[in-house]
Amino acid sequence: MSSTEITCKELVELVTDYLDHRMPAEQRLPFEEHIAFCSPRAVYLEQIRQTITVTGALREDDLDQQSRDAMLNVFKDFRR
Amino acid sequence: MVRALREGDEAAFAHLVDAFGGSMQRVAALYVRDRAVVQEVVQDTWVAVLRGIDRFESRSSLRTWLFSILVNIAKTRGVRESRSVPFASIADDPESGEESVPVDRFLGDDSAWPGHWASAVPEWHRPLERLLSTEVRTLISASIAQLPDMQRKVVSLRDVEGWSAEEVCNVLELSETNQRVLLHRARSKLREVIERSGLQEN
Repeated sequence: MSSTEITCKELVELVTDYLDHRMPAEQRLPFEEHIAFCSPRAVYLEQIRQTITVTGALREDDLDQQSRDAMLNVFKDFRR
Repeated sequence: MVRALREGDEAAFAHLVDAFGGSMQRVAALYVRDRAVVQEVVQDTWVAVLRGIDRFESRSSLRTWLFSILVNIAKTRGVRESRSVPFASIADDPESGEESVPVDRFLGDDSAWPGHWASAVPEWHRPLERLLSTEVRTLISASIAQLPDMQRKVVSLRDVEGWSAEEVCNVLELSETNQRVLLHRARSKLREVIERSGLQEN
């Protein structure tokens, strides 16, 4: 194992840096190489991506009508 | 949009409500628990926006400005509320050595491959659409609510509201590194919640 090689355990801690494009080029290459050769690692990265997608779905929750009306009333009261 | 609001255009205001209203409620709820207080925070924010719109300078986006007002009001109300109903004060120090994946899932230093996965990471079999079921959303939502305070705020703003790292750092007064550590811990826990729920299995 070469000294630049990163273990899976270390890589888990770097996933967010990678997804945020905050990883320096010299780290990014070994990271992507590692993923190419380590299937649990690739599965893990994909699962984190899916977790982000599922979490993002909470954003779609609609504003309920009652709250919406209450907010619109602020405008009417303000302009009065 | 800003001009329309200054001119008292009700349709422009309704458009803002539809664009940001739901998000404002969720962001306010990061600071205050009581549903009624959340509504008050949002109402007060709209009043402040309407009052301040004439003085608003387009240096920041309308959205950034609106949410900075909201967070300030929510924080003030949150402090008042926390005297009676404190949020769980679980240790949440980004400097602490919390692991994202339990250590026993990796091989030890005495093995041939120290630090590598001890067993394969089980794949998720369900298609993403299935993961987006109400069941999973409810589970994720409840799990976020139970995260330590700062992790909960960071993951909500980044992954639910879709804010940039920079916006989150500004609003939560975090360094970029700490923001990332907190986000990473929160995402790791949510991943584990999905895994343990068995919902992704066939």
